[in-house]
Amino acid sequence: MAREVSKGRKAAVTALAWGIGLLIFFPILWTVLTSFKTEAEAIASPPSFLFFDWTLENYETVNERSDYLVHFWNSVVIALGSTLVGLLVAVPAAWSMAFVPGKRTKDVLMWMLSTKMMPAVGVLVPIYLLARDTGLLDTKLGLVIVLTLVNLPIIVWMLYTYFKEIPGEILEAARMDGASLSSEILYVLTPMAVPGIASTLLLNVILAWNESFWTLNLTAANAAPLTAFIASYSSPEGLFYAKLSAASTMAIAPILILGWFSQKQLVRGLTFGAVK
Amino acid sequence: MTVTFRALVGASMMLAFAGTASAQTTITVATVNNGDMIRMQRLMSDFYAKHPDIKVNWVTLEENVLRQRVTTDIASKGGQYDVLTIGNYEVPIWAKQNWLLALDNLGADYQQDDLLPQVAQSLTVDGKLYAVPFYAESSMLMYRTDLLEKAGLKMPENPDWDFITDAAAKMTDKSAGVYGICLRGKAGWGENMAFLTSMVNSMGGSWFDMQWKPQFDQPEWKATLDTYLKLMSNYGPPGASSNGFNENLALFQTGKCGMWIDATVAASFISDPKESKVADKVGFAPAPTRAGGKNHGNWLWSWNLAIPATSTKADAAKTFVAWATSPEYTKLVAEKEGVANVPPGTRTSLYKNPDYLKVAPFAEMTLKAIESANTAHPSEKQVPYTGGQFVAIPEFQAIGTAVGQQFSAAVAGKSKAEQALTAAQALTVREMTRAGYPK
Amino acid sequence: MLSPAVILLFLWMIVPLAMTVYFSFLRFNLLMPGTEEFTGFENYLYFFTDPSFWPALINTLTLVLGVLVITVVGGVALAVLLDQPMWGQGIVRILVIAPFFIMPSVSALVWKNMLMNPVNGLFASMARGLGLEPFDFFAEAPLASIIAIVAWQWLPFATLILLTALQSLDQEQMEAAEMDGAGWFWRFLHLTIPHLMRSITVVVLIQTIFLLSVFAEILVTTNGGPGTASTTLTFLVYMQSMLQFDVGLGSAGGIVAVILANIVAIFLMRMIGRNLEA
Repeated sequence: MAREVSKGRKAAVTALAWGIGLLIFFPILWTVLTSFKTEAEAIASPPSFLFFDWTLENYETVNERSDYLVHFWNSVVIALGSTLVGLLVAVPAAWSMAFVPGKRTKDVLMWMLSTKMMPAVGVLVPIYLLARDTGLLDTKLGLVIVLTLVNLPIIVWMLYTYFKEIPGEILEAARMDGASLSSEILYVLTPMAVPGIASTLLLNVILAWNESFWTLNLTAANAAPLTAFIASYSSPEGLFYAKLSAASTMAIAPILILGWFSQKQLVRGLTFGAVK
Repeated sequence: MTVTFRALVGASMMLAFAGTASAQTTITVATVNNGDMIRMQRLMSDFYAKHPDIKVNWVTLEENVLRQRVTTDIASKGGQYDVLTIGNYEVPIWAKQNWLLALDNLGADYQQDDLLPQVAQSLTVDGKLYAVPFYAESSMLMYRTDLLEKAGLKMPENPDWDFITDAAAKMTDKSAGVYGICLRGKAGWGENMAFLTSMVNSMGGSWFDMQWKPQFDQPEWKATLDTYLKLMSNYGPPGASSNGFNENLALFQTGKCGMWIDATVAASFISDPKESKVADKVGFAPAPTRAGGKNHGNWLWSWNLAIPATSTKADAAKTFVAWATSPEYTKLVAEKEGVANVPPGTRTSLYKNPDYLKVAPFAEMTLKAIESANTAHPSEKQVPYTGGQFVAIPEFQAIGTAVGQQFSAAVAGKSKAEQALTAAQALTVREMTRAGYPK
Repeated sequence: MLSPAVILLFLWMIVPLAMTVYFSFLRFNLLMPGTEEFTGFENYLYFFTDPSFWPALINTLTLVLGVLVITVVGGVALAVLLDQPMWGQGIVRILVIAPFFIMPSVSALVWKNMLMNPVNGLFASMARGLGLEPFDFFAEAPLASIIAIVAWQWLPFATLILLTALQSLDQEQMEAAEMDGAGWFWRFLHLTIPHLMRSITVVVLIQTIFLLSVFAEILVTTNGGPGTASTTLTFLVYMQSMLQFDVGLGSAGGIVAVILANIVAIFLMRMIGRNLEA
């Protein structure tokens, strides 16, 4: 892999890449910085970048006003729950599609994906009425079900494209060696499928964590996740940039950290069959 | 049926009662993320001390999200909330649908007669009160005394639009980042249309005539929009087409506006030295009239607490609602947070309280504005509807917002006043026809 | 083995869809209960003749195409850059990937208030610092501003997928071409781009699915305005069903949006299905 390059070129590339990287990251950095300013400082012109009186008062205010941990926990349960249920349903489906493809497999897949394009607002009232009648309004279970169904097409498709890359010959070779079906799955296929499943899981946790239409509209007090927490800090009366920044930082930090730590796993399966 | 069985049933019922008596009732309260409501959440320990058997779950949301959530819920009888924070726009409409519980018997301590009559009237349907006001506001003119003086002008007792235009021109100093006037430009029935509906009322116009025919083709609307656009494009801040109440408040507090015509509650925010850089330099005057006119077009808005008819915990909800809007709550805020922070505009007694009058230089003007609001007859013309800065029909949210979009586009310079008015007229006619007016 | 997933999906599709189709033929306003009646295609007629319909359709396509162009071109460029040897590659990758993890509503709030606000925003301060008049993003260029925000969120996704693809590029072939005296641009055009084609189609497909339903960014920043300058179909359906609580009209709009989305889908599937077959 390593190509021979001159030091000068490497330095130039490094400078350019860091410049662009920081530029892309800047809005997030700015939010974090603003969360440590006072409200007056947050809108000061010219703005101060690092040299201001760092304060934790916004975090104190936010914690006093809302129960962050409850929202956080709801987000965790909903994001993980919907992803796990989704995987449970999708793994067998994708598996059979990949290894025993039928004539219309591709069409079914494409149709599944097209269901993702239905605008959520259009079906809010029907879903709301259904949730009311089944007693699932403002429950974590209700949101797990809805978000599972919302993300299922993506899960199935991602797994399918990944499983398809697993060469069939390996299976045959294992069979020749006299492996039983269960050991075939356990020892041969699972290790090969794990990276794909892991990255599907990660991607869906991210998507479910950030989903802000259903999570806002189907919850009230009990199941409200971090998206609802944010909705109580956006555009109130008076100055709000610093408090909004603090709330935003708290809402995005967990998923950002998870994403950074797991980015290698995320990327490995995120090819959608596009890399041979 | 044996006697033992009956006894058993009786005993278990008594047990069940004993169980509920000691258990807490949890009520869910949906509210808006405005300062006064946040303050109430801080003061809940007083409520819990008085009512240990009730626990309150807060759902605090930004205004638009809140409205969408509670309307969906109440209209589909979802039953998610026991107490709703709603505006006086919703109250009469929802009360007519029997969606709200009448709140007439809140106890003698509640002093219902003390509520300001204009405010109470806008929450009353067929003689029954369906919501209680948490705070209420009208509109007025707020201005920078230092800038006005610098411009060599004096605020008349009843300013008219010509004076406003003149003053805005003289106060504007763009190089110093000072804009003569800040007005709402952000599209929305509760944003720019609240202001413009008031303004057209002051100009002698109206939304509809007695046959529910939209009036955007009338000269009053033309005059209103021309004046408004002239003020906004010449003397307004950049980005005026996306400024609502909050944005303008931030602008005024940071000293970027010479004048601002908006809700009276803003007065306490801009005179608070902790939040406002210009706290010691603000003056107040009535909302402008047209030259020689008498109608200030005062709006009347209140945030109210109401209980959905579907609530299964109506008693606990009532207890909470009564506490939050009672004279004792006013006292509590005065003790804990200072009398200036008392929720304004709901009770006559507040405006007779010398402590309050001392710390609130805006109190007199606020009361005057609320008292001159006439929601039953907002325009000099005869109209088939009620409401100051809105038209109290269910269709208004959508129509107001769509019309607001047209006018906001005109502020942004995307269309001319005539185009905006023609489009507004066409779309209002369309929606009203669809809704089946005249009814 | 296929059935559980398909049945679940089918129910998800069919139950709400059937209810929506049913509602779309009713005069049904949540705020006026008891007035429900069958109205045939009246709701559809109203939706299509809404003065905002055509602008909304055009805005939707502009938004999707705009974001796709920016993220694909930017993604290829960034991927090529990040594939070069450099110091601190891991950290740069972390910086670039970050926007993908941010909630759409948070990123919209941050961009709207803290960066693009023409008075208190950072860009306005910078403009004033340079002696320029601050640019009023959401009034002057509402749709372009929204495209920029959405593109910022999706650029990391495109970059990541394209970078992974790039790393599987056959180095020997590249070196052989270099030995033959092929210039950098020739190699990029004839080796890199063809190799990336499949990944690009995947990026286009996945992003289109999400971009067609972009909503929070518009709600937070411009509310569809000024005028209809940034109203998309999704937003139009929202205006009708949530502001008006006209379930009938909103449902009809939802059905129209589904049909249009499916047309786009079929078109995409044709194009991409072929590409993925290879």
